[in-house]
Amino acid sequence: MTVLEVTDLHAKHGLLHAVRGISLALAEGETLALVGANGSGKTTLLRTIAGAHPAEKGRVRLDGVDITSVPAHHRVRRGLALVPEGRRLFPELTVLENLQVAGRRGRRGEWTIDTVLDAFPVLRPITRKQASQISGGQQQAAAIARALMTNPRVLLIDEVSLGLAPVAVDAVYESLTRLLGSGATVVLVEQDLERALSVSQRVMCVLEGHVALAAATPDITRDQVTAAYFGVRSATAPAPTAGTATSLHAEIGTP
Amino acid sequence: MNIVNAIVQGIFLGSLYALLACGLSLIFGVMRIINLAHGDLAILGAFLVWVVTDKTGISPFIALLLVLPVMLAVGYALQRTVLARSLRGGPLVPLLTTFGLSIVLQNGFLQVFSPDVHSLGSNVGTLSTGSWKLTSDLSIPYLGVVLLVVSVAVLGGLHYTLRATAFGREMRATAQDPDTAGLVGIPASAIYARAVAIAVATAGIAGAFLAIRSSFGPASGPAQLIFAFEAVIIGGLGSLWGTLVGGIVLGVAQTIGATIDPQYSILTGHLVFLLALVVPRVKATAPRKAFA
Amino acid sequence: MTTAPAATRPAGNPTQLRITRSTSASRITSGVLLAVGVGLFAVPTLFGTNAVVQLTSLFIYMILAVMWNALAGYGGMVSVGQQAFIGFGAYATIWLTQHGVSPFPAMVLAAVSAAVLAALVALLVLQLKGGQLAVGTWVIAEALGLLIVLDTGLGGGTGISLQGLNSYTPELRHAYIYWLTLTFLLAILGALFLLLRLKTGAALQAIRDDEEAAASLGVRVRPLKFGIFVLAGFGCGAAGALILANTLFIQPQSIFGVQYSAYMIFMVLVGGLGTFEGPILGAIIFFVAQQQFADQGAWYLIGLGAVAVLFALFLPRGLWTVVSDRLPVQLPLGYRLSTSHPSMKEQHG
Repeated sequence: MTVLEVTDLHAKHGLLHAVRGISLALAEGETLALVGANGSGKTTLLRTIAGAHPAEKGRVRLDGVDITSVPAHHRVRRGLALVPEGRRLFPELTVLENLQVAGRRGRRGEWTIDTVLDAFPVLRPITRKQASQISGGQQQAAAIARALMTNPRVLLIDEVSLGLAPVAVDAVYESLTRLLGSGATVVLVEQDLERALSVSQRVMCVLEGHVALAAATPDITRDQVTAAYFGVRSATAPAPTAGTATSLHAEIGTP
Repeated sequence: MNIVNAIVQGIFLGSLYALLACGLSLIFGVMRIINLAHGDLAILGAFLVWVVTDKTGISPFIALLLVLPVMLAVGYALQRTVLARSLRGGPLVPLLTTFGLSIVLQNGFLQVFSPDVHSLGSNVGTLSTGSWKLTSDLSIPYLGVVLLVVSVAVLGGLHYTLRATAFGREMRATAQDPDTAGLVGIPASAIYARAVAIAVATAGIAGAFLAIRSSFGPASGPAQLIFAFEAVIIGGLGSLWGTLVGGIVLGVAQTIGATIDPQYSILTGHLVFLLALVVPRVKATAPRKAFA
Repeated sequence: MTTAPAATRPAGNPTQLRITRSTSASRITSGVLLAVGVGLFAVPTLFGTNAVVQLTSLFIYMILAVMWNALAGYGGMVSVGQQAFIGFGAYATIWLTQHGVSPFPAMVLAAVSAAVLAALVALLVLQLKGGQLAVGTWVIAEALGLLIVLDTGLGGGTGISLQGLNSYTPELRHAYIYWLTLTFLLAILGALFLLLRLKTGAALQAIRDDEEAAASLGVRVRPLKFGIFVLAGFGCGAAGALILANTLFIQPQSIFGVQYSAYMIFMVLVGGLGTFEGPILGAIIFFVAQQQFADQGAWYLIGLGAVAVLFALFLPRGLWTVVSDRLPVQLPLGYRLSTSHPSMKEQHG
């Protein structure tokens, strides 16, 4: 059964057309990995789905209900949660307060302070610490835990492992894998292709704001994803080029 | 007037300033804007209490209880109409709109209530004039004690609300990062509206006590805004207890200045404020400190 | 974003882009305006005293509006305390005439000393941001006003008259004040025009648009804001001296009154915050409103406040932007980008 459905979504940053007609559908319990180079539009896509960025065109549906023009805080109540890029914990709140603040307005469900601390045991000893005082790995765990506190139907995670030490990545993925195994519906953005493919059932590669490749993870090779990542048509093509730079001749007149 | 008495009276006067200042501090802490109409909203509270007292003859304290819900509604409406839109316009716009509002309020009072100066002192009986005489030089006015108690209660209540309640957590979260607050389900605009409602209500309490303690008129607002602002800055931004201390420092400075010459009273307060501006402590806390 | 059209074109056929500061039309406009400015000097020889006095107060409003716009529109500083410099300029004129300086040189010196005061105040308040700066400058104005009240030599709270202008006939006196006002106005407009034309112009507009981003791009924000603040101190000091000369009597409560800030904010918001021409337009509108409605008392001021709020909320760039979109020519303050395709013309002002 389709939980999240995105149809021909467009989003802009000023004049930059960051998301150009992306469609996707996610079934209950499914994990979709979004890959793509920096600036390809993944973050904007997730933020637009979550309501943190306005959609220029297109539709976002959750459980069949059109939520395209619903503000972000109402989407949370309907069961959509985003772990934003850079975690964005409330820096002067404690870890516990970060969790409590999210638990108040979201849906009711299995996730409570106790169960998220069970899922992310690394947080147990530091619940009384200010969020700005904890390590990057702990912050990522806390950010995912905070999103879970809203008991989302669909969890969107932006940049799971970016900027984390390898040990911290392992810890986060250990919890995440258990979470995914328990049937959560997740879209995650991950630069580490190996990791992305290992936890997902489907993969989507975004290039310059549109879908360059979408497939079930088992049906696809790493090389195919890499090729799509750089915008190369064939996996056997020579060295990839990033974008197409056009030289600009401008005569700058002085006043 | 000896110096000890001046300090004691200054503490009571400072309690009033702290009461005036806490709403200004709250709005700044949560929304990062300085409400230039804050003093005039305090005077609005004073006028409303005066009208109710004048028409019904009930005690100003009971009148204040009746006026408080009105002030909450005024604050809520202020955020929903003017401030919400101002916030979207960048950092300068809220200053311009609240300053414009201040002019509208002052002249509105003038139009509705005439330029007369009013006082509620005579409506509270001996409370406004009585005192405990400790020595020939030192007396503790009843009203001063009431003010100190109310002020500590209001600021303490606000502090507790921010620190220890779910609503307070949401206010602090929104103050620190309004975008992310939306991502965990907090409607920032509703939080802002409630914060402004509370701030305007505290301004109303302060206005009522100003009216009981001394007097007020349509043009009294700007001076009250300045005293409130001085208290906030002297106490250090982002801390309600700091605001209480700042209010008391300002009050004591004014009463000590007045012992030299009544004309020096307010000037001494301004000078202490300007001094606080050059002290590095203020500089360190000034930028972007949210309620922690 | 101005390179966007070219970037999508084939590399083999580069579009010729040229950036210019002025067109011949805008040069002609500037010339005409300059001629009008010079021509205004002839007014006292052609018109009666009443017109001269009226124009003098209009120009004083213009000085105030232009200065407040420089602060808020270009420097990003909302000050509610410029009356500190207005009052200081007026009282410095009084003090100087009391010490043997004749009135007109005293007025110029008073404006300069207001600039010096502004430099000192800037050290204190430029570390403040947003609303803190707004109220901080206001406190300084209040403190100065209270200090004047304490000084019986300057008339204390009851006010004082400007002596030494009695030696002129009223016609000549008003003409001199008019010429001095016009000179100040043109000097200030010229200084601001130069600031915007030189390299500092782009920096100022960057600060106006986003101060933090400007600073991160290497714009030296502090010295520019300092310079603007001192210039505004000079202009407001000059306006204070001129207000004194126009009325011959001042009181600390009114000359240090916050109503001047209200007037300035109204003029700039209605005219156009952050535009060169807007404050001039705003001053004219304010002048007319003052003539028409000032006897309405409180209702007039309620109207001023409400209009300012509405402009801040719904038309933050003021009326000038509405007017200028319909004008064929502009002052040569922006940058014009022209390509071989006329349809791609863009202007950044």
